[in-house]
Amino acid sequence: MAILIDEHSRVLVQGITGREGALHTARMRAAGTNVVAGTSPGKGGQAVEGVPVFDTVRAAVAETGAGVAVLFVPARFARDAMIEAADAGIGLVVCVTEGIAVRDMAEVTAHLMRRGARLVGPNGPGLITPGRCSAGIMPADVFLPGHTGLVSRSGTLTYEVVYELTRAGFGQSTCVGMGGDPLHGLGFLECLELYEADPETGSVVLIGEIGGDDEERAAAFVRDHMTKPVVAYIAGFSAPPGKRMGHAGAIVEGSSGTAAEKKAALEAAGIPVAAAPTEVVALLRRRLERRRAQ
Amino acid sequence: MDLLEYEGKRLFADAGLPVLPARVAGTAAEAAAAADELGLPVAVKAQVKTGGRGKAGGIRVCHSAAEVTAAANEILGMSIRGHEVRTLLVEQGVEVEREMYLAISSSRALRGPVLIFCREGGVDIEEVARRDASALVRTPLDPLLGLCDYQVRDVVASAELGTAESAAGVPARQALAGVVRTLWRLYHDRDATLTEVNPLVLTRQGEVVCLDSKVTVDDNALYRQTDLKRDEGEDGREGKARRAGLAFVPLDGDIGVLGNGAGLVMSIIDQIAAAGGRAADFCDIGGGARAEVVAAALELILEARQVSALLVSVFGGITRCDEVARGLIEVLGGRRLDVPVVVRLDGNAAAEGRAVLAEAGLEGVTVAPDATAAVSAAVAVSRAASAGSGGEA
Repeated sequence: MAILIDEHSRVLVQGITGREGALHTARMRAAGTNVVAGTSPGKGGQAVEGVPVFDTVRAAVAETGAGVAVLFVPARFARDAMIEAADAGIGLVVCVTEGIAVRDMAEVTAHLMRRGARLVGPNGPGLITPGRCSAGIMPADVFLPGHTGLVSRSGTLTYEVVYELTRAGFGQSTCVGMGGDPLHGLGFLECLELYEADPETGSVVLIGEIGGDDEERAAAFVRDHMTKPVVAYIAGFSAPPGKRMGHAGAIVEGSSGTAAEKKAALEAAGIPVAAAPTEVVALLRRRLERRRAQ
Repeated sequence: MDLLEYEGKRLFADAGLPVLPARVAGTAAEAAAAADELGLPVAVKAQVKTGGRGKAGGIRVCHSAAEVTAAANEILGMSIRGHEVRTLLVEQGVEVEREMYLAISSSRALRGPVLIFCREGGVDIEEVARRDASALVRTPLDPLLGLCDYQVRDVVASAELGTAESAAGVPARQALAGVVRTLWRLYHDRDATLTEVNPLVLTRQGEVVCLDSKVTVDDNALYRQTDLKRDEGEDGREGKARRAGLAFVPLDGDIGVLGNGAGLVMSIIDQIAAAGGRAADFCDIGGGARAEVVAAALELILEARQVSALLVSVFGGITRCDEVARGLIEVLGGRRLDVPVVVRLDGNAAAEGRAVLAEAGLEGVTVAPDATAAVSAAVAVSRAASAGSGGEA
């Protein structure tokens, strides 16, 4: 089914009556998504883009069988919205919101783990299985159905790389934007594991950036557990230490979390790292050709 | 947002953590008056948002009024790792029996807070742990359960405080347990991502005292920490950027950079460096690229006098590049820029966007066919500009 979402996913939009919520509901539907419900406290009974609105996630799930929730909720209300979704039995929560407090995210990730719910984001574009389902804000026109999986910490870099992949005829199975915050839901590790197990995915592109050690742990996972080819791109080689480069999580702390360190770890695990986003396609082609030759 | 030592200690005192009597001073005269009030000896401490101030000579213990004045004169204006000292903390002296280390910080890997205690403080605790693993306690705290009593007991046992007690008869073990619990409450209630006490000391008199404070408060939570003032950055531009809805970091090169998306801008800066140039800033205008946001970004970037070229890189995802192009024409056509501009548009309706820009024929604006071409064009014009002005090569 590609990973995480496909044409069978039943999507609910939290905050559907807001400007962003309504706009992206229309866009997700145009991308083939089965949006079955929306929520907005106090606005139950209305409809947005023909989608029924409920007061609570619990009521929406009971009525429509929604299993994926996409949030368009301001940062200070996002904690409650994510917990409400998980408590209502939603299995995949997708949070686009930027600027959520670290304490809120620590509590949310702990709670969702206990509920067995998965989280994508926050502070990211969500995820898309091209032609079948989009849960978030990715520009569906850039994507092409196919067999390359992608997982990324950056929204715009994802679009840039996908644009190149699509132009070169490399379609995508699923693309996951894990978000730019230090505390987030699904990371490289979980997505790589899902891609490795997914029969529709033949290769994976990983897009990282400075901060933390997610890329290093991903490198170890690829080395020890992956049979499918993986190529990478890392941003932030010239970022000064101690400065947050736009994303809350994109920061070199002391001497750790640097792009150079990440590149070295990935290359040591046999993952080629592109010098620019435009180089990803060439690296991927080479890896796939080498594999065919073997 | 990092707090200065004295700002952190105000939070400490408000929360009920033991700190020494102290005064903030901005001049040598104020420092001397503070020492007079507190009684000698005192420690005169540079207030800077960086470590290593002790080694840099930013902390002095003074036993006379003359020493206080001399130390204050010397430390004020000192530069410690690029941070100029503008404020001092004059703190009552203390007789230290033992130094310890205590911190709670947010761990990405553990997805929550972690408590770290070391019975030897004021030193590199990783080094201590290598020598003696039992000296270090490192405990992940559950964000939903908080600090548990057994975790406090672990810290107290590891501290090996024996029977030490204060003049008032409070056992040091009990005082330490109180400090650990209070630090967790402060970390939680004040939305800290780091609270560090190094050193946490046991005094000769058997008291447990926080001798230093290092506090980082989560920028995203400042809306509910309304008594804390936002950090506006060294030159104030980061504050202006935030109000304009931009992510902005000043850098020290000469090519102004503006783009949509944090990853994309970081990537462009890397490509500039790889092509032999240097970026003057990181500036993310976010999605949409509305004219007023672009205008605000240009103002900020051009405030830096060393900027000799400007690179605009936009990838149209949802936003169409022809709309971005019209916004750019509105901003760039409305003002005379002193520096050449290179524009790269890609993605949604990129060809239309480039055509719109080319048609407008703005003076000094080059439209590049792709990112690679845009980067080399920007590096070339910045080189030509610095050669022309006789600047450094």
